[in-house]
Amino acid sequence: MSEFRMPSLGADMDYGTVIEWRVAEGDRVRRGDVVLLVDTEKAEIEVEIWEDGVVEHIQVPAGQKVPVGTVLATLRPEAAQAGAAMPAAPAPPAPPPRIEKGPEPARAVLPAPAPVSAPQEPGRRVHATPLARRIAAELGVELASVVGTGIEGAIQAEDVRRAASARGAPPRETPAVSAAPEERPSTPQAERRAAVRRRIAEAMERSKREIPHYYLQTEVDVGRALAWLEAENLKRPVTERLLLAPLLLKAVARGVTAAPELNGHWVGGAFRPGAGVHVGVVISLRGGGLLIPTLRDVDRKGVGELMGELRDLTQRARQGRLRGADVSEATISVTNLGDTGVETVFGIIYPPQVAIVGFGRVTERPWAEDGLLGVRPALTVTLSADHRASDGQAGARLLAELTRVLRDPERA
Amino acid sequence: MKTTYREALRAALRDALARDPRVFLMGEDVGRYGGCYAVSRGLLDEFGPERIRDTPLSESAFVGAGIGAALGGMRPIVEIMTVNFSLLALDQLVNNAATLLHMSGGQLAVPLVVRMTTGAGRQLAAQHSHSLEGWFAHVPGLRIVAPATLEDARGMLWTALEDPDPVLIFEHNGLYAMEGELDEDAGPVDIDRAQVRRAGGDVSLVTYGGTLPKTLAAAEQLAGQGVEAEVLDLRTLRPLDEAAIFASVARTHRAVVVDEGWRSGSLSAEIAARIQERAFFELDAPVQRVCTEEVPIPYPRHLEEAALPQVADVVEAARRALGAR
Repeated sequence: MSEFRMPSLGADMDYGTVIEWRVAEGDRVRRGDVVLLVDTEKAEIEVEIWEDGVVEHIQVPAGQKVPVGTVLATLRPEAAQAGAAMPAAPAPPAPPPRIEKGPEPARAVLPAPAPVSAPQEPGRRVHATPLARRIAAELGVELASVVGTGIEGAIQAEDVRRAASARGAPPRETPAVSAAPEERPSTPQAERRAAVRRRIAEAMERSKREIPHYYLQTEVDVGRALAWLEAENLKRPVTERLLLAPLLLKAVARGVTAAPELNGHWVGGAFRPGAGVHVGVVISLRGGGLLIPTLRDVDRKGVGELMGELRDLTQRARQGRLRGADVSEATISVTNLGDTGVETVFGIIYPPQVAIVGFGRVTERPWAEDGLLGVRPALTVTLSADHRASDGQAGARLLAELTRVLRDPERA
Repeated sequence: MKTTYREALRAALRDALARDPRVFLMGEDVGRYGGCYAVSRGLLDEFGPERIRDTPLSESAFVGAGIGAALGGMRPIVEIMTVNFSLLALDQLVNNAATLLHMSGGQLAVPLVVRMTTGAGRQLAAQHSHSLEGWFAHVPGLRIVAPATLEDARGMLWTALEDPDPVLIFEHNGLYAMEGELDEDAGPVDIDRAQVRRAGGDVSLVTYGGTLPKTLAAAEQLAGQGVEAEVLDLRTLRPLDEAAIFASVARTHRAVVVDEGWRSGSLSAEIAARIQERAFFELDAPVQRVCTEEVPIPYPRHLEEAALPQVADVVEAARRALGAR
């Protein structure tokens, strides 16, 4: 028997509300099936299961809000059912939930198994000192929610005490912010918008408080990139036509390979390089607010494939139908305000990431090159990066490589 | 009274020789030459050749003779010029002095006191710069003490002589010239307990012997950075005053062990291990160690300094233990 737990659907998610079960007890599930709809305060997210089996017992009914890591349901392997003591019975009544002893089958592999949610990297054992663990137990503080400032980023006693006192304080502070909208009869949409706003506020506040940003900017002549897109699109059916955006994402991924110190997370006083290049794409919502779903392994995908995924992701984000995999931890983010007419955007880093690339609008500009003045379609690319994790040299390398890709798109 | 570590040791010898006629000093050059580090200078004239005895250059022979004298009812003080030469007497110390009480079924105690110089820092190169007191602290049957203050230099000898079992006193060569105030009536001190030399609540710096002054200097620097370090002087390396170590760790929740010995299989390793065995749940950081680099001690001054624990190393280790504070 294995346990299916409330996954961590983002570094800042501590709780999730079960909105709707898509499976019932006794249902057979396969790895990748959407089994659950979870409200994370940011969005409703369809959660997949990562193990085959039979749903044995649903422990958290719809409507309940539980911390990340809570067991939502138990799963028994299919084999166990086949071999169970009911060989011929055609439709046996579901057996009462029971605890099976004996060798435990492999545990459910979920995006975030243990109650590991916030500041420390998901999936990594929480590093806390013995004293910190003791005090956390005494004060009832969830270690996973504590930022460590100790040796190698370990949580030390003082961090736990700080977290405990911070936890004690906000209930008195937050109403000032949230009371007004909540007093009005509010719709679920309005509530969600308010929650999204709060989450953005928290993340951005933390970013500007903790992250020493540095900013770089460069202009890129995208004439060849646009010409390449045009030629490429002539070969494609209308539904598969490419936009500039996926090419920009590809260029970011290539840029990151030249400056790996910009791809990853700053956790507990140290940089942890990302495994793979997972780009968080800032998507603005029509009702206000934004989401940053993740395009995974951008460095290993072609522009056409990225286009499809980006289209799909944008659509689902705006419908509030993101899946668990969509909101897995990104290693770098991209913000693109080009379609709003803005020429330059300097993003604010989404912690614990260490960089965000900003793209503005492509405009025709006077362009001097090789001693000649011409008019070219130009794009302003910016980089905001965490000076704790990298220096301007690294940022410059990223932008230089990105520029190279945009000026020679065949190689993207 | 202003005095030095060297003079305090000499005062202790003179006091012991005067108090008890069974006490005598023997070793290489302790008589006419006055001792390699001049600790026994003048004692030959004062107490005569019967009680201040120059020996041949044979550590095994004169340490063995000391054991025999102790068995015979005397209270010998054997000076081995430095710990480096004690290796020639290891068999006598480890196989005889440490075991005879046990081997004789409790009949034969060995009330021997052995003094020796230890440590590096004087450009004496790899063969004359060992810090091997940790080796001796490994051996049951021996008591190992390391005076690091004037009070202990003056007071540990008599208490060691009163102990019915062998006691080895390690005097760090860097301490002999240390000057300071000592009470006129300073006398015997215990050889059981560690002592807090500086109180503080943020981090425990556990040390002994030659690295005590460096550790105190590091604590001063840390105080300038807003960190109050507690400095614990072990004084007795065997048996370790565990209770004092654990009590300090319980106050500060962080420990740095400073030891001039090499890191591998060292006294510092033993202390760190005991802290995690017995005070694990008090720890708010992994135990840090500052030890000598694992190389033969180099002769050139800059390399020797680089190899040995220095004040900056202690400060850095303490800051490491403190994390981002």
